[in-house]
Amino acid sequence: MKGIITVVGKDSVGIIAAICTYLSKEKINILDISQTIVSGYFNMMMVVDLSTCSHKFSEVVDELKKCGEEMGVDVRLQREDIFNNMHRI
Amino acid sequence: MISNVEVQETNKMISEANLDVRTITMGINLLDCVDCDRKKLNDKIYDKITKSAEKLVATGDEIGKEFGVPIVNKRISVTPISLVAGGSGSETHLGIAKTLDKAAKAVGVNFIGGYSALVQKGMTRADKELIHSIPEALASTDRVCSSVNVASSRSGINMDAVKLMGEIIKEAAFLTKDNSSMACAKFVVFCNAVEDNPFMAGAFHGIGEKDSVINVGVSGPGVVKRALEHVRGADFETLCETVKKTAFKITRVGQLVALEASRRLGVPFGIIDLSLAPTPAIGDSIAEIFNEMGLEHAGAPGTTAALAILNDNVKKGGVMASSCVGGLSGAFIPVSEDHGMIDAVNAGALTLEKLEAMTCVCSVGLDMVAVPGDVSAETLSGIIADEMAIGMINNKTTAVRIIPVIGANVGDTVEFGGLLGYAPVMSVNRFGCEAFIKRGGRIPAPIHSFKN
Repeated sequence: MKGIITVVGKDSVGIIAAICTYLSKEKINILDISQTIVSGYFNMMMVVDLSTCSHKFSEVVDELKKCGEEMGVDVRLQREDIFNNMHRI
Repeated sequence: MISNVEVQETNKMISEANLDVRTITMGINLLDCVDCDRKKLNDKIYDKITKSAEKLVATGDEIGKEFGVPIVNKRISVTPISLVAGGSGSETHLGIAKTLDKAAKAVGVNFIGGYSALVQKGMTRADKELIHSIPEALASTDRVCSSVNVASSRSGINMDAVKLMGEIIKEAAFLTKDNSSMACAKFVVFCNAVEDNPFMAGAFHGIGEKDSVINVGVSGPGVVKRALEHVRGADFETLCETVKKTAFKITRVGQLVALEASRRLGVPFGIIDLSLAPTPAIGDSIAEIFNEMGLEHAGAPGTTAALAILNDNVKKGGVMASSCVGGLSGAFIPVSEDHGMIDAVNAGALTLEKLEAMTCVCSVGLDMVAVPGDVSAETLSGIIADEMAIGMINNKTTAVRIIPVIGANVGDTVEFGGLLGYAPVMSVNRFGCEAFIKRGGRIPAPIHSFKN
């Protein structure tokens, strides 16, 4: 199953590193990554593959949220389907 | 591949414009629970509901978490109870209401609909018994919702039932007078009621339906309002296109959630109800959409046209986004559940008469309207008769959910709490209609030719 991770918040050192460390530990593969910084605000999007992850999707959602809270940024994981359904016919 | 801009657009709809899936409603057939033994009947109803909907709430919450979109309500609708209780003798109904309430609490849904009767042409003994039990059933339960269909375009208006509705509403108001006459907020009178409506208080599981079914109601007035901010001052073609495109996007989310819920629960998907349903939250209001279209307040001249545009384009955009559309689909205009409507009433811009005109072009009718508690039963019946006539003649669903708040007067504010919000008590035309309502009988079905 594919998911989209978004990270939004004030830029600081180690945001990507912390997220990627967690993903690597959970065997979640990063398929694509893009980021922008507009006036100090960090905005990142990752496309990830969770097919080799042993945890339930909803558990990963909680863990990433917690990970973001520790760094003071908003981290979300959502199933890719919601974006495909909304923006593609 | 999905772009960062598209991802941000969706997430802004959710976090800033209150996009949510308003309800996943499981329809459950109770006809196979019919039993002449009252205890067995209640046991069967309880078992069937708790078994069928055992995982409804947990599944809804999990889907919401995975897609990152809130699924606000998980609810149940059942076969109209007048059909289920008919064979079990009188005084069965109240017991069933309590069983429904208990079952709803056991599975964790916040409302259960279907304490209902369909009496558009006439009332059976069971229908009458159920209707007379409605005030006490609603006053003595927390989560049971009730509806009565008193009219249809095919059958006309059952004026005996309309007369009775005024009395029932007054009685329900009186029984809950210490709690803002709350029972009336859980009761709807319908013309042309639909069998697959997922929204409360009027949901019931129609007899033309499968054993169980998943119906989903989408929402998102805030998303439409945000989209219209970007076309401020543009012409009506642009306005309509914007509403259509937004409705499409909102509905796609509902369709996705509905299919996922259906798959996980092993219950067939029924319909998506394309309704813009407001909540008392700022930024989740139909009236704010009117403001954005260029009206100072809901109720100003032009409001009926604005609502017609909104209602029609929500349907046009949403129909393509879903495999099956049904329910009440359109824009809801409840007063108490929409802070913009409340402001309009307080400003003197929105009256009961203008709301009635608006119901000619929107999805339902007079919804969550608080009126003074001393309004007579006949006047309530007169208001209901007018609304039923609009539905009957125009081949559409109309409804009345009116709350005569005992002890309250025009200008007072009544608190209902939660999603039901708060409402200013509105002025009612007090000229008499007793002689008209007391005639009784039935208004025959209208002619559907010579459309003038």
